Amino acid sequence: MSTLVPPTALPNNDADPFSDELLENPLPLHEALREAGPVSYLSLYGVYALARYEHVRAALSNWQDFQSSAGVGLSNFRREKPWRPPSLLLEADPPRHDAPRRVLSKILGPRALHTLREGWIADATALVDTVLANGPEFDAVTALAQAFPLRVFPDTVGIGQEGRENLLPYGDHLFNAFGPANSLVANGAAREPELSAWTHAQCQREALADKGFGADIWAAADRGEITYEQAPVVVRSLLSAGVDTTVHGLSATLFAMATNPLQWQRLREGPALIRTAFDEAVRWESPVQTFFRTATRDVHLGDSVIPEGEKILMFLGAANRDPRRWDHPDQFDLSRDPSGHVGFGMGIHQCVGQHVARLEAEALLSALARRVERIELAAPAIRHHNNTLRAWESIPVKVTLA
Amino acid sequence: MLPIDERTPVAQRRNASVTAVVVTEKRVVAEGVVSLELSAAHGGRLPDWAPGAHIDLILPNGLTRQYSLCGDRWTPDRYQVGVLKEPASRGGSAYVHDVLAVGDQIEIGGPRNNFALVPSPTYLFVAGGIGITPLLPMIRQADMLGTNWHLLYGGRRRASMAFLDELSAYGDRVTVAPQDESGLLDLPAFLGDPRAGTKVYACGPVPLLDAIERAMVGWPKYALRSERFVGHTNLSATSPTTFEVTLARTGVTVTVGPDDSVLDVVRAAGVDVLSSCQQGTCGTCEVTVLRGTPDHRDAVLDDHERQAGDCMFPCVSRSHSDNLVLDL
Repeated sequence: MSTLVPPTALPNNDADPFSDELLENPLPLHEALREAGPVSYLSLYGVYALARYEHVRAALSNWQDFQSSAGVGLSNFRREKPWRPPSLLLEADPPRHDAPRRVLSKILGPRALHTLREGWIADATALVDTVLANGPEFDAVTALAQAFPLRVFPDTVGIGQEGRENLLPYGDHLFNAFGPANSLVANGAAREPELSAWTHAQCQREALADKGFGADIWAAADRGEITYEQAPVVVRSLLSAGVDTTVHGLSATLFAMATNPLQWQRLREGPALIRTAFDEAVRWESPVQTFFRTATRDVHLGDSVIPEGEKILMFLGAANRDPRRWDHPDQFDLSRDPSGHVGFGMGIHQCVGQHVARLEAEALLSALARRVERIELAAPAIRHHNNTLRAWESIPVKVTLA
Repeated sequence: MLPIDERTPVAQRRNASVTAVVVTEKRVVAEGVVSLELSAAHGGRLPDWAPGAHIDLILPNGLTRQYSLCGDRWTPDRYQVGVLKEPASRGGSAYVHDVLAVGDQIEIGGPRNNFALVPSPTYLFVAGGIGITPLLPMIRQADMLGTNWHLLYGGRRRASMAFLDELSAYGDRVTVAPQDESGLLDLPAFLGDPRAGTKVYACGPVPLLDAIERAMVGWPKYALRSERFVGHTNLSATSPTTFEVTLARTGVTVTVGPDDSVLDVVRAAGVDVLSSCQQGTCGTCEVTVLRGTPDHRDAVLDDHERQAGDCMFPCVSRSHSDNLVLDL
């Protein structure tokens, strides 16, 4: 950590964004940070905070000044060793970032996914039919938000059947590990070696199906577009960042619908709104709440200076509800245009899997919209705390069939 | 260095084409070669790029030409290209040399990259004439990464070869071999024996690239990557500055003027199209084209996909046809 001497002329905030209380409800902190000024100093961790849309978006886009290779969590790789081999995508800058990004962008690009659409819609229909056949009450998290990605994504990557129950706990831990070494991280420490070993094994060429995203990555190595050392680490990115995030994005959408019946009605009346609905849910909930960057030089923002080498905490969730950018930002509203939200980031590191996530959401929501006339909470929803992710443990719902 | 851009990109693009740049510098850098520096018409960042990338310059005389980006990607508000005056120019390079002036505004497309630098412990770069331009940023990066690299740079005569000053800083990694001093390039001597772990990047006139291919018979597949600088690249159809877009699902037809984006006009007509980067890089706003020929300005599609013409990205792309029918 840095010297913890707060710089002058910067608003100071001594809150712990990773405390249980603030993970349960970060909105008051987000508002306080947005209102305090362009930059605040979080004295507990000795990091600089950005919370307004314009600054978060600018920082995300400006990879030159806000680097990722010193880590995108609290840990500063300029000062300490990473806990795992760094991601070649998330925790890398140009030039090393270029080749892995280029390869994965092509594999997960919007056009490449056209061939998956029909199959995923069929899968979603089958899943929804099965869930509804069991009765009108279920947990939207386990029955749909977890079940659907787990049903389609691991197969599409091409990993084996054994051990898939490791995917969610693996992702949960690593997203916790972007935060401070608090109890959330400690609770995952015991299982981490076993989960990491399993994940590493899934990324090897022999473990992957002949067809799928995994095979495509290894084929790129065959063509020399990435090295053979890089290939399994790129596959690891899919398993790390490709599951929990979509689960929580889908949970957010289902919670939004269950608590905004008018919006569900609008969606049923105009299925073209499905695409908007998922991005609006990502804006509203921001499943990925935060990421860090490190200043590559003294960065000037208004009257403030962030010194070179210091960590910057970008509050994506706060930016996505900034009233300077969004009208009635706390409302989940399908009549707004959510375009430009930073829930997927922005720039060269913008979520490379965003088109996959949108396709999953489109498949699931369209299947649900066909069968379900009304969806409402059957009992209070319960949060799942994670240092980085905004997540639900349980969303008990009751549906009325169409 | 840029201060943080405090304007939202959406606000920046309200009044003029998102793909407009202004010529901020024009310098003669060798006999028959000018270097242009381009900045975004609205200020701010230009779309990100990696070495090997090129942009389309859509010239006011209606011609489109591709030029490699040869500047510094750590300076995000500027592009640099080098333009050779082709003796038989049909108005592309001649326009750039003789007419284009500092302060002029032109349209660009892309950047796109068919010539990406892949990871390797060793690189051999071969440049013929203006073919040095895509290799320059590659060389800077290879050097930055501490890789083992060498450049063989040929041209007609020293005076016609650009960027020699910058390259002299790399000492004996660079061999400058003008034809009037050294004759044709000795490729076998430079390349050496076929081996793994070395990537060869070559750019220049067709005869040079053909000679390199012949000299590299027996090398591992994928060892050689080259980009052909054909004198007169695809003489693209000129684009109408104002065109119509028909939204097939509603039958509504809207007009897109020179300063509008298709995205903004379609939205103003009440049709929701999700977008994100507003720069043609993320792929979010993809729409299906049912009829008409899109004028692609994005950074997503490869040449094959562009030819197919069945989709486009309305945040930046336009139309070659007077009417474009979209599945909206």
